Amino acid sequence: MEIDPFIFRLSIFILSIFVGYYVVWSVTPSLHTPLMSVTNAISSVIIVGAIIAALSGSDGVVFSSSSIYGFLAIILAAVNIFGGFLVTQRMLAMYKKKKKDK
Amino acid sequence: MSANLSAILYLVSGVLFILALRGLSSPETSRQGNLFGIIGMVIAVTVTFLSVGNFSSGFIYVLIFLAIGGSIGAFIAYRIPMTAMPELVAGFHSLVGLAAVFVAISAFINPSAFNLGTPGNIKLASLIEMAIGAAVGAITFSGSVIAFLKLQGIMSGAPITFKGQHLLNALLLILIVILTIYLCSTQSSNLFWILIAISFLIGFLIIIPIGGADMPVVISMLNSYSGWAAAGIGFTLENTALIITGALVGSSGAILSYIMCKGMNRSFFNVILGGFGATDQTSQSQNKEQRPVKSGNADDAAFLMKNASSVIIVPGYGMAVAQAQHALREMVDTLKKNDIKVSYAIHPVAGRMPGHMNVLLAEANVPYDEVFELEEINNDFANADVAFVIGANDVTNPVAKTDPQSPIYGMPVLDVEKCKSVLFVKRSLSPGYAGIDNDLFYKENTLMLFADAKKMTEDITKNL
Repeated sequence: MEIDPFIFRLSIFILSIFVGYYVVWSVTPSLHTPLMSVTNAISSVIIVGAIIAALSGSDGVVFSSSSIYGFLAIILAAVNIFGGFLVTQRMLAMYKKKKKDK
Repeated sequence: MSANLSAILYLVSGVLFILALRGLSSPETSRQGNLFGIIGMVIAVTVTFLSVGNFSSGFIYVLIFLAIGGSIGAFIAYRIPMTAMPELVAGFHSLVGLAAVFVAISAFINPSAFNLGTPGNIKLASLIEMAIGAAVGAITFSGSVIAFLKLQGIMSGAPITFKGQHLLNALLLILIVILTIYLCSTQSSNLFWILIAISFLIGFLIIIPIGGADMPVVISMLNSYSGWAAAGIGFTLENTALIITGALVGSSGAILSYIMCKGMNRSFFNVILGGFGATDQTSQSQNKEQRPVKSGNADDAAFLMKNASSVIIVPGYGMAVAQAQHALREMVDTLKKNDIKVSYAIHPVAGRMPGHMNVLLAEANVPYDEVFELEEINNDFANADVAFVIGANDVTNPVAKTDPQSPIYGMPVLDVEKCKSVLFVKRSLSPGYAGIDNDLFYKENTLMLFADAKKMTEDITKNL
């Protein structure tokens, strides 16, 4: 009997939860705020769906009832991607070690 | 681009996201981790363009919209003050949630673009996944908007409760399940819209009863929701990168919520069911008798610190409100010049979101290896000469260890009272968020410094 591809995706999902669990526990508490902003940025990979939706219109019609939602989602996700990664970068740049000669 | 190749590249981008989080295990590797995350995102977006393969006029518009959103995001990222990070993160969560809803709607209207069947005849599994993605996305959106408004102070931080609240929420959740089942059998678009509307309502209802100081838990929880929403959409789109990311973010947010709850010694359900501030009014009025406190000025404080050999600073959200972090660091610099050992002690729930204090101190150029977590530093208080409490309150209250009647009993607290002397910067004797008196104020070795945190810190520096 053939296995439904859904089961494979479910396996990936479950295993990723475990990977996430162990990876996040190893994040140092002082970086929990950057952790939140970077998870924010990466969850905006939902833009993948938004792009597919936006490009679903035929050649003549760029803005169909379904692609409009795609375009809106692209804006939202793009705000998040750029905002999330850049603000994380900005925060991480501030974490400095003690200077030796002081 | 072949489906197999793009699937593999999506997997690569998922792995890069894992590495991005892994990098955060130490500040040295964190910047590299962030870079991995960016590369992962670029791969995912590029692969999507190539596999859709539609470079018509629509593609130009996609790039334009991408640029619009991107520049707004970049602008916000550079302008936002670090004290406003909780609001920013709450706002960003709402965007992820809304984006998930939009993608789900688009997939529902035009399923053939996603290979999910035809309108009115969508594959059953896809429909369920779509409904879950849309519902969780909508809850994330409206919940985050409320959290944002509360954090911004546009909406009062006081918990809003009414009779039958939990019953109503439970009924609405059951209604969502029923609607999903009907949606699957009828494929009716009306049901789909109703489902989304009710989900918006639930997000709104579950956040309004939660008090302002429970926001660290709420933000982490919404972080988790935004992940599950992304995962739901990932299943709909059969996209590995989205599924992996959704699972990562979902478990990350859940862990942070757990850590925050533990920091307050409260169960997750206790926070979610809300109304913390409201239940403690009784204990507040019991403890009204006037007890003597010792108060001092900047001169006394400077004298005490000058004669100390080690000082521990306990910052709290009040420091951020007073914008005192830079003044504080200048004071510490002066202390260090006098060969006094200084370290910082941070309670898990200090600030308005996980790790918020650390970012604020890092912004004020405090080296991160001078900043310690509760478990790391709690034993050092007994050997320190001076504890300088600035803007923190409940997290130093010894009542949490001694009085089983207290609402904060059992909450892990910093053992500040074990120091030889305690300097407590505070505007007045008013109780903290938990609404209870802090025993520390009345201890023999506590010197209260009644002033604005920033002004007091600057005055102490002058007197050192």
